[in-house]
Amino acid sequence: MGTDTAQPQTRGSGTALAPRPAPAVTAPPKSRRRGAAGRRMDGGPLAYAVLGVATLMFVFPFYWTVVAASRSNAELSAVPPALTPGGNLFHNIGEALQQAAIGKALLNSLIVSTTVTTGTVLCSTLAGFAFAKLRFRGRGALLALTVGTMMIPPQLGVIPLFMIIARLDMQGKLPAVILPTLVSAFGVFFMRQFLSQALPDELIEAGRVDGASHARIFRSIVLPVARPGMAVLGMLTFMATWNDFFWPIVALNSQNPTVQVALKSLGQGYVPDQSVVLAGTLLGTLPVLVVFGLLGRQIVGGIMQGAVKG
Amino acid sequence: MALSTSAPNRGPDPAPPPSPAPAPARPRPAAGLRAPLFRWDQKAAPYAFVAPFFAFFAAFGLFPLLYTAYVSLHRVELQTSDRMEWLGLRNYTRLIEDPFFWNALRNTFTIGVLSTVPQLLMALGLAHLLNYRLRGRTFFRVAMLMPYATSVAAATLVFAQLFGRDYGLINWLLGTVGISPVDWQANTVASQIGVSTVVTWRWTGYNALIYLAGMQSIPGELYESAAMDGASRWQQFLHVTVPGLRPTILFTVVVSTIGATQLFGEPLLYEGSAAGGVSHQYQTLGLYMYEQGWGFFHLGRAAAIAWVMFLLIVVLVAVNAAIARRRSRTEG
Repeated sequence: MGTDTAQPQTRGSGTALAPRPAPAVTAPPKSRRRGAAGRRMDGGPLAYAVLGVATLMFVFPFYWTVVAASRSNAELSAVPPALTPGGNLFHNIGEALQQAAIGKALLNSLIVSTTVTTGTVLCSTLAGFAFAKLRFRGRGALLALTVGTMMIPPQLGVIPLFMIIARLDMQGKLPAVILPTLVSAFGVFFMRQFLSQALPDELIEAGRVDGASHARIFRSIVLPVARPGMAVLGMLTFMATWNDFFWPIVALNSQNPTVQVALKSLGQGYVPDQSVVLAGTLLGTLPVLVVFGLLGRQIVGGIMQGAVKG
Repeated sequence: MALSTSAPNRGPDPAPPPSPAPAPARPRPAAGLRAPLFRWDQKAAPYAFVAPFFAFFAAFGLFPLLYTAYVSLHRVELQTSDRMEWLGLRNYTRLIEDPFFWNALRNTFTIGVLSTVPQLLMALGLAHLLNYRLRGRTFFRVAMLMPYATSVAAATLVFAQLFGRDYGLINWLLGTVGISPVDWQANTVASQIGVSTVVTWRWTGYNALIYLAGMQSIPGELYESAAMDGASRWQQFLHVTVPGLRPTILFTVVVSTIGATQLFGEPLLYEGSAAGGVSHQYQTLGLYMYEQGWGFFHLGRAAAIAWVMFLLIVVLVAVNAAIARRRSRTEG
């Protein structure tokens, strides 16, 4: 997914818009590939060796999670320790599901992450388009405000947030973690950067000439072009929300947790059965890893694209 | 924008004017309601586009940030958070008198250095290698980014197990080469290395990709001419790659510094207590704030810590920026 965005939207047959050169435009901005074509040196054996070792370091903790989650506590504390998966996986997963409500946590995390991703991507695309292509009084100031606060960690606002949530009696309920993260300044900046490159002014002009309203221009011209950027932003937002830690542990509790809240209670459990803890960790990480396995290439591309512009 | 040059300067020229007189190419002559509607659409639409974002942003982003400062001047307790009692600067003076505050500040700094410096140096090296023409480069990139996809909680729980004093894999590995077991929890330096390792593991690959993206936008001709001048690969790295990456490096340093300043989840779950170790040996400012607010129920004092963290970030970012400006001036 992500890159197949060429289909022009034809629903709503009101004003006929000027024919659009859709495929040419919707391709993501191939930001400056290496200058001289192909003048990269081949990696020698040493490069492969170092990268191989590094990859091992990055991947080993995942492997170890599987090993530890499928063993018993006794086997984990044997010397020499077990280095291959054992047969205890389902028992441990069952324990983790019971001790920390991981099942409910997975469902909650799915609800929260999906809602937040949808909200962030929509609001960011709307605002990003306005900042990229429309002129209006106060645009500069509003954009500066957005970008200026991007670097301020949201953690610094948790105390008033907590007081708001407490007053609204939302403690322990999912809206408490959804509402504060529903929009993101980074998202607005990201979509603004994406659209100012990917969306030619002439396209909007053509829509105006045809007498299309802003709403219609957005729906029929901006959205199709924005889709690759929205996909990348969506993936990043989903991962970030799934992994969000500080605010959820403050706003929720172990009766109605997200995955990270459940992992915290597992880690702080009174009977720290390591194999059960890691079975829970495995369960909580698996969904993100699956997403990552399917879309890893796109996520890598998205991060590198954002870096060049940022 | 195409039309913005027409009208004589009156401020920032709101929206391309509907230009009533010539109306160059509007095929559908707007009759009756359409013209005013169209004009209204031109003026109001941009605000409608940004409104959803700013509504939430103001309520849940900006307001809490500012209100933190106000709360920090009051006594507010967790259970009765709707009652506020004016304290003036009392929360701040208490911080200055509190040895745990200074301890947390010191730990935040040392853990910040222990995690940020190796992480960025390794990322730079890895990016350099990834920039070669490689077989399976997508594989390497994706593998490197996998830790980034892992949550703080998950990563910390796994590493806490690996760093176990009695049965941890790392101590066992050290034992096989004859090094006696390290107490990765009680020992101050060792525990801080342990916490930093989690951070380094999660972020090295991410930073490597950021550097790689920066390297790929350095024009190849620079390397060609450097090679013609007889520069070795190492000299090319030092004199072409690193200067070309300067803005990227600044970006990663700033982001890592901000991340290090608010470090929280890793020390919390390393042993599972908000104290950050039996003698607070790896308690960071973020954790100290959490302990004050949700361990001891002093929200007002926690707000003061949050505000100190904010000022710290502002100062650190300013210092980074000043160093960057100085360096780019002296080196051209």
